[in-house]
Amino acid sequence: MDFIFQNVLNALQWGSFYALIALGYTLVYGVLRLINFAHGDIFMVGAYISFFVAGFLLGPLAGLSPLVAFLVTVPLTMMLTACVGVTLERIAYRPLRRKGAHRLYVVITALMCGLILEYSNLAVLGASRLKFPELVEKQIWNIGGIALTNLKVMVIVTAVLVFLFLQWVVTRTRVGMAMRAISYDKFAIPLMGIPMDNIIVITFVLGSGFAGLAGLLFAMSYPVLEPFMGMLIGWKAFIAAVVGGIGDIKGAFVGGFLLGAIEVAVVTVFPSTYRDLFAFTILLLILWMKPTGLFGIPQSTKI
Amino acid sequence: MKHHSLNALLAIVAVLLLVAAHFGWIDNYIQIVVMTIGINIIMSTSLNLVNGNMGEFTCGHAGFMCVGAYVSSIISVLCFGSKFGDPMLPAGSVLFVFPFILLIGGAVAAVSSLLVSVPSFKTRDDYLAIISIAVNYMIISALENMNFIGGSRGFQGMKDTYWAMIDIFDGPWMLFWVINFTIFTVWVIRRFISSTYGKGVNAICQDEVAAEIMSVNTNKIKIINFMVAAGLAGCAGGLYAHIIGYVNPQSFNILKSTEAMVMVYLGGMGSLSGAIISAILFTTLMEILRSQAIIDGMLSPVTFIFPDWEPSAGVIKWVMIPLLLVIVMQFRPEGIMGNRELSDVFPKLKKFYRFK
Repeated sequence: MDFIFQNVLNALQWGSFYALIALGYTLVYGVLRLINFAHGDIFMVGAYISFFVAGFLLGPLAGLSPLVAFLVTVPLTMMLTACVGVTLERIAYRPLRRKGAHRLYVVITALMCGLILEYSNLAVLGASRLKFPELVEKQIWNIGGIALTNLKVMVIVTAVLVFLFLQWVVTRTRVGMAMRAISYDKFAIPLMGIPMDNIIVITFVLGSGFAGLAGLLFAMSYPVLEPFMGMLIGWKAFIAAVVGGIGDIKGAFVGGFLLGAIEVAVVTVFPSTYRDLFAFTILLLILWMKPTGLFGIPQSTKI
Repeated sequence: MKHHSLNALLAIVAVLLLVAAHFGWIDNYIQIVVMTIGINIIMSTSLNLVNGNMGEFTCGHAGFMCVGAYVSSIISVLCFGSKFGDPMLPAGSVLFVFPFILLIGGAVAAVSSLLVSVPSFKTRDDYLAIISIAVNYMIISALENMNFIGGSRGFQGMKDTYWAMIDIFDGPWMLFWVINFTIFTVWVIRRFISSTYGKGVNAICQDEVAAEIMSVNTNKIKIINFMVAAGLAGCAGGLYAHIIGYVNPQSFNILKSTEAMVMVYLGGMGSLSGAIISAILFTTLMEILRSQAIIDGMLSPVTFIFPDWEPSAGVIKWVMIPLLLVIVMQFRPEGIMGNRELSDVFPKLKKFYRFK
């Protein structure tokens, strides 16, 4: 019994990372119909930014105590990562959108931007892995034989809070209404006096900011940083978003936890090298049965 | 003369290359580059069938290459190698058997493409992209878990087949096979695209629903198109495995698929000659950027300011190539050729050759 609960906790933790990243994918997709393939690498950039921010705050120049440093690192990381995301949008995606290019070209640009981020990081910082400093002292609570760390709880709670926040933004606020309107009809929206570019920037700020938060939490849980850490987790989070039905906030959240649960379940039964094989096979089966994901609504095509 | 000019030109170039390689006028490095160009031409033209001509968006082409590479290497080791016991076939028959080994690898890769083509009946665009990525990861991950063929440590022993060929006649055999298979691929794709099936493929690209109404059996065409593309990629994988003499699942990961995609979109979607030209350009560029001296020269202003920074060519290369593609997408998103062929861009060329 303890064993099962312990694994459920692990699944929830992994699912939270996938869900946090998948939310960014799905936000951008929901508004722009664009797969932002660079999102996994923005997560990686977020982890690195949090490393440098935390290093600076703990270092001799600022000299803050770990708890204060942590509280300052969170918003600072989110802001700086959001800047990276918005820069990408301004430099690479917006000119293409202005020209009315086919969306395939934008997708390829996104894929290439991801590669640029990975390899320029590798070129500038080198291939040596970085050790993330300990910001929050690790506490282990033992409840009925189940080991519970404060980090795990923090990650899971953050994912749920972020989900509720984004759900509120998209369904209850004016900005969210504008986002849904853009995804509904891109050509009529500027005529209605809605500043499309600003809304898109807000989307990127939200998505990249929470990717940065995920990067910070990931770096705190698994304190080794390398330039390619965002690649596989990014692809998997994207898969989670698609399984849930991309463009749907709830779908990304459920898909993330589903993928986390599948992976942890596979690892407990089979050798851990089978994890990817099973995760991707189950994904393929889900998409085969239900081509638009669990919560996605098929778009009807007019003839 | 017009009928055979292109064939004659290709034959002359091929013979010149082979003679030059045989007598050592071009060294091994140039030979490897030429062979890589050949393999990349196969990869880009075959991916162009799916991504260009059919207008689907798949990004897992390297997975099929991986299947072809592994299957043909295993058969090759079974037939001529000593890794799994005694060779099954006499070494003298290698010249007749080797093309069939590659073709069997291609055939198995073609069958594995059903993993992508069957879901593609119902899905398009982003969902299909995900399915193809998932298939790529599945293939790699499945091979990594097969310990009898080395798992993630890779598989080797294919060089025995090459040595068997060398025993018969000491010449540049792999170059010979790469040239033959490249020409074979381009010929097959050209014939396929100008056939009734090819017209169906283009119809699906324009409008799938309308094509279906016009009595195009879209499911059948999709299966055939994916099979041709994956089969040719499998042949490319077999050639790659026999050139290097070692295969590893991770050398066919998403980065390799991205390479093939870069070549297709650089050349222009749906243009066969564009895919060939971009494969040649891309491979040459990769080789040029591999040189540390050139990278150092290009980055000398930066390293002058930051003397501690030592950029490595292998890394900078992968910053520059995506950057190049981003710039291409900004200023000429249709690629080098658009969806036109060489003879459409330069109509005067039509006088000199005919390519069917």
